[in-house]
Order: sequence, then C-alpha cells, then structure tokens
Amino acid sequence: MSKIVMNSNAFMTRKDVVCFGVLAVLLLAVFPTVLDPFRLNLFGKYITYGFVALGLVLCWGDTGILSLGQGVFFGLGGYCMAMYLKLEASTVEATKIQSTPGIPDFMDWNQLTELPYIWKPFHHLGFAIVAIPLVPVVLALVIGFAMFKRRVGGTYFAIITQALASILTILIIGQQGYTGGVNGITDLRTLDGWDIRTDGAKLILYFGSAILLLASMVLAQFIRRSKLGRILVAMRDKEDRVRFSGYDVASFKIFVFCFAAALAGIGGAMFTLQVGFMSPSLVGIVPSIEMVIYCAVGGRTSIFGAIYGTLLVNYARTTFSEDLPQVWLFAMGALFIAVVMVFPDGLAGIYRRYVDPHVERLLGVTRKPAGQITTSDTASAVVE
Amino acid sequence: MPEAPSDRTPSSPFRRHLLMGMAALPAATLLPRLARAAEKPTAEVNTTGLAVTDDTVTCGILHSLSGTMALSETGATEAEKLAISQINASGGVLGRQIKVVQEDGASDWPTFAEKARKLLASDHCAAVFGCWTSASRKAVLPVFEQLNGMLYYPTFYEGLEQSKNVIYTGQEATQQILAGLNWVNKEKGAKTFYLIGSDYIWPRTSNKIARKHIEGHLTGCKVVGEDYFPLGSTQFNSVINKIKLTKPDVIYADVVGGSNVAFYKQLKAAGIDLKKQTLMTISVTEDEIVGIGGENIAGAYACMKYFQSLDNPNNVAFVAAFKKMFGEKSVIGDVTQAAYLGPWLWKLTVEKAGGFDVDKIAAASGGVVFDKAPEGYVRIHNTNHHLWSRTRIGLAQADGQFKVVYETPDLIEPNPFPAGYQ
Amino acid sequence: MLFGYSLGDLGSIMAMQGFAGLILFSVFLLMALGLAIIFGQMGVINMAHGEFMILGAYVTYLNSQAFTAWMPSMFAASFAVGIVFAFFAAGLAGMFVEWALIRHLYKRPLDTLLATWGLSLIMQQIFRSIFGAREVGVELPGWMMGSVSASASIDIPINGIIVMVLTLMITIAVYLLIFRSNWGKQVRAVVQNRGMASAVGIDTGRVDRYTFGIGCGIAGVAGSAFTMIGSTSPTAGQLYIVDTFLVVVFGGAGSLGGTIASAFTISQARSTLEFFLSGSMAQVVVLLAVVGILMLRPQGLFVLKVRR
Repeated sequence: MSKIVMNSNAFMTRKDVVCFGVLAVLLLAVFPTVLDPFRLNLFGKYITYGFVALGLVLCWGDTGILSLGQGVFFGLGGYCMAMYLKLEASTVEATKIQSTPGIPDFMDWNQLTELPYIWKPFHHLGFAIVAIPLVPVVLALVIGFAMFKRRVGGTYFAIITQALASILTILIIGQQGYTGGVNGITDLRTLDGWDIRTDGAKLILYFGSAILLLASMVLAQFIRRSKLGRILVAMRDKEDRVRFSGYDVASFKIFVFCFAAALAGIGGAMFTLQVGFMSPSLVGIVPSIEMVIYCAVGGRTSIFGAIYGTLLVNYARTTFSEDLPQVWLFAMGALFIAVVMVFPDGLAGIYRRYVDPHVERLLGVTRKPAGQITTSDTASAVVE
Repeated sequence: MPEAPSDRTPSSPFRRHLLMGMAALPAATLLPRLARAAEKPTAEVNTTGLAVTDDTVTCGILHSLSGTMALSETGATEAEKLAISQINASGGVLGRQIKVVQEDGASDWPTFAEKARKLLASDHCAAVFGCWTSASRKAVLPVFEQLNGMLYYPTFYEGLEQSKNVIYTGQEATQQILAGLNWVNKEKGAKTFYLIGSDYIWPRTSNKIARKHIEGHLTGCKVVGEDYFPLGSTQFNSVINKIKLTKPDVIYADVVGGSNVAFYKQLKAAGIDLKKQTLMTISVTEDEIVGIGGENIAGAYACMKYFQSLDNPNNVAFVAAFKKMFGEKSVIGDVTQAAYLGPWLWKLTVEKAGGFDVDKIAAASGGVVFDKAPEGYVRIHNTNHHLWSRTRIGLAQADGQFKVVYETPDLIEPNPFPAGYQ
Repeated sequence: MLFGYSLGDLGSIMAMQGFAGLILFSVFLLMALGLAIIFGQMGVINMAHGEFMILGAYVTYLNSQAFTAWMPSMFAASFAVGIVFAFFAAGLAGMFVEWALIRHLYKRPLDTLLATWGLSLIMQQIFRSIFGAREVGVELPGWMMGSVSASASIDIPINGIIVMVLTLMITIAVYLLIFRSNWGKQVRAVVQNRGMASAVGIDTGRVDRYTFGIGCGIAGVAGSAFTMIGSTSPTAGQLYIVDTFLVVVFGGAGSLGGTIASAFTISQARSTLEFFLSGSMAQVVVLLAVVGILMLRPQGLFVLKVRR
C-alpha cells in the first residue's frame, strides 16, 4: 500500500495526503469551533478568494500565465448568482411600491419597465448554477483563443487582462439599469426559499464553501499530477521545446486558463451567497491584483500555500484595518515587496526549506517524489 | 441575542476603543455629577445586549480612512468625533460617556458590510455613524436590518429608500433639487438646462428628478443635454464643447469626487466665465472647493442645506469648535454638518425614549427636534426617518466660501418616494 | 443646418473639438512617455507610475505654496520652477526605487508588477500621511487658467496649449535622448542584449538606473502638468494607470512612434465619441475597440522586431 502511495505517478503522495488532511481539519473542525459566527463568516469570505488563488496556482504558478483579470471571472460568477437571488427577492409582493412591481428595485429606479432578456433565464436556479462556471469559461475561451493562438503571453497578457477588468467595471457601472451600477446587486435574501441571512445559513454556507474548495483542490491536484500537469510545467520552463515536441501549446494554455476562470466563477458565486451582495468593486483591477497577491504570498506553485496565503493575507488585512487602520496600507505594501524580494516562493517556499525536512523525517520519507514541482525562476521563462 | 450581560467590557485590550473627548474630560468632571447614571439602571435602558455599562455606551464610526473616498469622508468623521466629544463633555447620554470604535471602510463596499457586521455583532454598538456613498449604504443596509442596528447616514442622497434602522441626516433628492430649480428659473429667468453628472445612482436619480421638474413643473423650460462620466474621469473638454454649442441658460452639475476638480478647471480654461454663465451644482461643498480652488469656481451656485458661512449663533459656535479641534484651515461642508447632527440626534432620541434599545430609538425618532443644529432648527420626520430642512443657495466666492443668496422660508418636508418624479 | 445649429456654430465647434482632441492626445502622450521608456525599453511593469505622477503634482503644490509664502511677486513663474522640481523629485525617487527594488527583478518582469503594486500602496499612504486624505488645491498663476479667443465663438484653453507644448518638448527630448545620443545607444544595447552590452564595457547598472529615473521624472512632469486639469489627491494616480498602459501596449512596446500613434488614435476616438455619445459609453467603446484590435494584433500597432 505504502509503495503505491509513494509512487510519484499517484496523484497524491503520502505527504500530500497529510497536508490535505491538516487543511481539512483546520477548515472543517478548528475554525468552526474556535471562531464566533461573525469571524467564521469572514473566513468563509476568505475561502471564496481561495478558489481564485487555486486557479492562479495552475494558471500562473504552473503554466506561467499571469492573469490580472481574475476579478472579472470572480465577478461574472458572482453576478450570475446575484441575478438569480435578486430575482427571487424581487417578488411582486416585495416590490409593490415600485412603478413596475416584480422587477429588481434598481431597474425600477432606472425607468426600466420590463425585465431585460438577459435576466429572464436567471429565474431558474438550474440555469444560474450552470451559468456560474460556464459564463466565465466562455469568456476565458474567447480571450484564450485570441491570445494564446497568437502566442501572446507574459506581460502583454497581464496588461490586456487588466484592461478587461477595467472595461467590465466601467460597463457594469455605466449600464446601471441592467446591472445595478456602482451599488451592485444588493439586498439578496433567499436561495430557492432558504433564507441565506441567518447565522445558521451562514454556517452551512461556510461548510459548503470549504468542502467545495477542498474538492476543487483535489481536482487541481489531480490535474497537476497527471501528464497534463507535467506538460504545463514544461511549457512554463521551455515553451519552445514543448512545441517542437509536437504538443499544441495554445490548447493546453486555453484549457488551464478556462479551468482557473471556472474556479473563480464558483468562488464568486459562493462570495455572493455569504456576503449577500455583489458589486463592481470586486471586478476591477484592484481586487484582481490582490487575488494574485494572495497566491504569491502563499507560494505560486503550491495549492496548499495559495490557500494558506489567502487566509493569512485576508486575516492580516482585517486585523490590521481594525487595530491600526492608518498602517495597514504600509503593511500590505511591505508584504508584497517582501514576498517578491525575499520569499519568491512565498509561504510554501519557507515551508519547503525549513519545515519540510523535519516532516519528511517524521514520516520516514527519504527521497523527494519525482513529481515535486519546484520553482526555478518562474517568470524568466514566462516572457519568452 | 442570547447573551445580555449589561456590563459588557471590551473583549480585547488591543482593539481600538477610543475614549473620545479626553481633552474635554476635565470640564466634564468639573460639572456636578448629576447622578444620572443611577437615575436609570443599565438593565432598564439596555434590554437587548448592547454594549452599555453603568458609565459608558459604545458607538461605532464607519467611514473610509483609505482609498478613493477618504478625501470626502474625512470631514464627516471629524464632525462625528467633535459631536461625540461635546456630548461627553456635557455629561454623556443618560449619564454614560460615549466610547467610539472606529472602523475603516476602505472605500470598498464589501469591507463596509464586513465592518458594519463587526460593529454590530462583535462590538454591540448602540448606534453607528457612518457611510458616505450610496453604494456603501446599500451594502450595509441588510446588515443593519438583520442585526437590528441603528445607522445615522449623513450624505445628501437619491432617496427611494426608507428603513427602520437608518436615520438620514442629509437631504433626499427632492429637498435639494426642487427649490433650487424654482429659484434659478425665477431669479435668473433660466429656460434651458444642461445636466451633467458622474455615472452612478445619485446623479442619475437627481437628474431624473430635475428633468421631471424642469419639463413638468416649470413652464417653457427644457433640458437641452444630459451627460454622464465614469467616476474619476478627468477629461471634460468634449462635453464642454457640447455645452458651448447648446448654450444652456443653466449648467446643472452633479459631478462628484476628483472629477469635480477637472470639470471646473477645464470649464474655466475653456473660457466659460461662471459670472456670466449660470452654473448650479448640488455636489460641490466647501470641502470640494479646497481641491478645485476658489478662483476656479467663483460665481457658481450651490444648492445645499448648510454653508459654513451661515450666520447664526449655533453655527458660529460650531465652526469655532470645529476649527479648534481640527485646525484653523479646516473647512466644513454640507455633509460634514449633517454628520455632526447624527450623534446629537441620537442622544436626544435616547433621552426621549429613555433607553438605548434600537426598537425604542426607531420608534421614538419621529418628531425629535434639535434646535442647536448649525443649520438651524431641524426635526426628524414623524414617519420616514429623514430630516425636515431648508434649502439654501450659496454663491461661490474666490476665498472658497459661499455667500447665501437664498433660503427657503419654511422647512421642506422630506419625501424619499416623491410621487410624479419616479 | 445640422442638428438645428448654424454652420458658423458648427464650424467653431469643430475647431474647438479638434483642439480638445489634440489636448487629450497631449495628455495621453505625456502620461505614456515615461512608461514607454520604462516598460518599452526596460520591460519593467511599473504599477506605481501613477503615484510618481502624483508625486510630481504634490511637488508642484509645495512649490506653489512656497512661492505664495516667500516670493509672491514671482508667482507667475512658479509653474515652470515647479515642473523642474517635479522632474527631479520624481526622477530621484525613481532612481532610488530602481536601486532598492527593481534591479533585483530584471529577470522576473511579472514580479516587478507585484513589487511596484506594493510600492504604489506605500506611496499612497505616505501621501495620505503627509498631505491628508483630502485633495489639495494647487494654486496656479492666473494667466494659465484663462483662454485665448481666436474668434468670437472659438476659445482655446491656455492650459491645453501649455500641455501641448510641454508634450512636444518632452517627446523631442526623449527622441533625441534615445535615438540620437550616445547614451541612448547604450540604453538600447542594454535592452537588446544585456550580457553583450556589459561585455563591451557598458555599465548596465548605471544605464538602468538613469533610464528608470528619467522615466519616473517624466511621470513627475506629467503629474505637474495635470495639476492644471485634474485633481491632486493620494489616490488620483490610480485613475491614470490603465489608460497609460493601454496607450503603451496598443502602440507596441519599445516603439516611440507607436506610442505616439496609439495616443493619437485613442484620444481622437475618445474625444469624437464623447461628443456624440455619453461620456462613459464612449470610454467603454474605445476600450473595447482597443482590446479587440490587440486581440487581432497582439504586439500592438508598431512592432519592434527584436530577436528574443
């Protein structure tokens, strides 16, 4: 048995299983018992960012595609969820003071008298659930095709995705009759009749997010350990060699970009459910870059690192902004610079260097599994 | 709420609990302790587990200290702190000193919601003074309604909202707009209007109301143009050309934030002299003029309920106290004054209700009168939680102040859901 | 008669609108020039570019304050002095940043993005701590805020002319510096092959530092010039960053002509559309068009053929 687990082709080594177990215990047992409902809800919110960070590990850490537009996908997923919830909250009964009852309040304020066509399918929960990963994937597919087939990568790709984030923000804000504008879609109440605002519902949503995240991690781990994952890393480090070996580099990139987009969309939907609204402030450039930072702090090549990084950065931000509001921008800025300058592999890098040897001794492992992914000057390969 | 310990103490020594008005404390101790604390036992004034002890009550301040909105929200924060320190110096609320927990909304709506939840769920604040933008209010509103908190919201805003858990100390849109349009129509003989605003709900709703009023209630008047620019936009040359082409009698502007600076500077540079071209704004207060520069906006009319230059004893005392606390150079705009009303109105309501419980406050708010307000007498509407207030028109001066040229004779009734303007 | 306006009116509006487009072009170009050097020549993504601009604006503010306090009689000339100060302040700050931060990251361009983002947060908070969260009003000499009347109905803003002249001067200076001077040759050599450049005796570290410094210095000048048309607050820099990057990327990094062409295209499209559409729709249409074209021509309008 242990031999099979040690086999580097298995999708989880014994060490991974242990790491995974520790995280699962932390998310599913430790946090819910030690945190009060308010803090737990905050951690639930952080977990939704974890989905994005996880996608970035595959997309950026493994494949070397830095997307500064993950907020777009997060937002699209979140908006799909919010549209469904808003329609459910806007019953004729609840909106009877409006000039057109039965449509969302912000539409009424903007003189819309009829539900726009793009909103109509969102009456159905099933449609919304399908749309949450699908809409981001379709957009990612279009971008991916246009970009990767033409071998655009590196900094160009980063800046173009950044422009997309800015376009979508302006579009959402400008079309406020259809989108709720700057305010976003607020005052969401129930999911298929189930009140999402109570403490009990928030607890269930927390567990739902955590379990979904863990499941996504297993899936991500599976992809990374498969042959596909190896190709991704190979592309990052020497794209031309992979291409000359006969692989269709662009398709792999498109796949991984779409996968990351789908994860971000799911994260966005869970965010909407837990926080109770969605707004363009989660779509723009700033949140998109911050999500990259979470991933970088945790370690861009480690799925565990990315999750811990997300939780840690967000926890630090909340704590800093509560206790030292004037200082927190300094602290965040310094953290980003420190991560890049001193710990390019983030938390995971620190762990690998200082903690891992001890853990290995404890577990009786003597050699590194061949599938271990190491960062060797990730980004230098990216520009090529 | 299961726990209701009446003597709740702060859970962490590191948390930012500021005892406001430390400077004013000597004065407070000199006052005869009126034994008011004993007059009302804590168990009686606080039956819902709020953070009220025998001698303190905790309130929250929730504004952006960082991010793009910090420049607007600073004044409101300062005014609230001033009001709280004055209340504390005069003996507190029901004999209890107000302790302040301040949180940073960071110009980010989810953060506002998170911090609102913290202030209510963790800190059990008896009242929260805060928010500035409509978006932040919309984000926190469900939190306040769910956890049954009390929010005092200071900004003039678009209306279309009314909540048991919010007291709106600024004007809703009709209070700010209608009287101003009537005045400019009558005094300046204005017939044509060009509406220009930032692209979000407040300017759009305000312009909608303005348009309905211009086209429906003012005879022979029409809107000749309407334009919106993204928040933070800095290029207005094209729209200024459009304005020049259409030659409106009045430019009606509700551009906000940093865009204001660009708009007025470019207007002036394009040769539009505000002494000849009438411009009426509902978004520029003394605060904004600091950035715009008085010489760039002199001659414009602003429609507000408060100007720093108001000449009444309440305001003179208020301006002096504000400058003493925050420096001689500080300016006070409409929202800053409205924010100052929040803590006072809350104090008066608590005393009227005889307790801190939010349900009692919500019920007792209607009809509360604050006659020491810098803007003059104000009263909370009997049913809709907005304030009766006057509309005033100020003429911008080169020194950054406004000269009041008109003031409505009566208080205007707040009407957040104006019939015929929707 | 068109749209109910007389031909004379339309004529003067066309003239002024053309001028508005040119001003916008100058603004875009001025924003982008500094970045064109840093991103185009060095490949460094400087997310703090907007903050360097605001640094320039604050220096102009301090300068005008100083003039008001000590030399009110010379106030008319304060702006020229302010621009020089802004250039050196932002330039020196840039050189310091290059020395402390950027030089360690030349092999990891994507990481410069993260580090400079952190830097931009820190700079914002520094501005906020020093100058307060509120906007500051930069007082400018009165003659700069007026307009010249070319005819009864045509007014040309003076500050627009100043921005245009400034942009023209800086563009020419950059051109001469990069493409005609010996130093420019060194810069280009370092860009194209660092190892070889170093091998033939170019002090690459020094070249990098000055290049970055000049790029930031130009950002400072842009910020200084924008006190005439925009607001000065700790977070105002973020407003410029996307437009700036798009101009540079759209033009094709590494090509000065491309940057000029793209600034021209984007500004003309924007100012024309703004005249006919609402402001925010115009912005979306232009951004979408730019991204659409970039998808078809990913390397930008002008591609510098370099072996990589």
